[in-house]
Amino acid sequence: MSRLLERLAEVRKSGDVARLAEAIPYARWMKIAPENGTGELLTRMRFHDDLIGNTFLPAIHGGTLGAMLEMAAIFHLLWETETETVPKIVNITVDYLRSARPLDVIAAAKVTKQGRRMVNVFAEAWQDDRSKPVATANAHFLVTSADEPSAL
Amino acid sequence: MVNPLADREQRLAFFQMWFSDTIPHSKALGIRIVDARRGFASMRLDWREELVGNPETGVLAGGPLTALLDGCCGMSVATLLKEPKPFATLDLRIDYVKPATPGQAVIAEAECYRITRSVAFTRAFAHHGDAKDPIAAAAGTFMLGTKGEVTRPQSIGREAMGLEIKP
Repeated sequence: MSRLLERLAEVRKSGDVARLAEAIPYARWMKIAPENGTGELLTRMRFHDDLIGNTFLPAIHGGTLGAMLEMAAIFHLLWETETETVPKIVNITVDYLRSARPLDVIAAAKVTKQGRRMVNVFAEAWQDDRSKPVATANAHFLVTSADEPSAL
Repeated sequence: MVNPLADREQRLAFFQMWFSDTIPHSKALGIRIVDARRGFASMRLDWREELVGNPETGVLAGGPLTALLDGCCGMSVATLLKEPKPFATLDLRIDYVKPATPGQAVIAEAECYRITRSVAFTRAFAHHGDAKDPIAAAAGTFMLGTKGEVTRPQSIGREAMGLEIKP
């Protein structure tokens, strides 16, 4: 079993979801981690200067928004579904709605369709006002369920 | 008038400065500019441990590829701008067709194949040196004339590509 899934099993007992991110070097480097203080699983990317893509506005680099939406979808799948493997991304489409200011970015994800091998996930990211999203994404992931041979 | 940056090395150094070294996130990723021509951009991202998504395999996370492809598509747009104007990514689709090989650098190549007054359309691939064997494919569209001041990278078409000279 992968380190991430072992970590998931621990986190299910302790309830400390932020620890999920510790198993992923890129998530640590980007300061992206899940949180569930409000009862809803959210993913937060803590602002730091390395996220900036436009120093004039200033604005966060669009690539980092795509990255955190993808991480938000993965954390959601790990936490909210019965996946037995780490979900494997097939593709993602990111829509950029507003420029993201030098602040934390928060994202929520939901499963639009759960198949036995393929899951379609929608994710939405905002900053201080949830009704004004900065970016949204749709992504497909290959997953494996107990009754299905590995699709990965 | 002679294009001031007709020399390839000088031109790449100029793009390196304005499309990586002065963009904090690109600089943090360590992005290197490989090529820049009208409507075409190529960048390289070296593998490193911090960018790994799966610690068991050492495969890069999707995020660094997203940022690389977004930046590369954006640079291909900038090479075609006759007039400096602010622009921003409108949407970006990425197909992850094969995992990146741990330890190997990723090359991105982007083409801006159509530019209109308001929108620029780009396609890109990421690979390990053989464009026929891609890791990821991308399609990005960019909104031109967005709010804010023109940044230096957004005025590079005129400066580096000599686009004020009618071809």
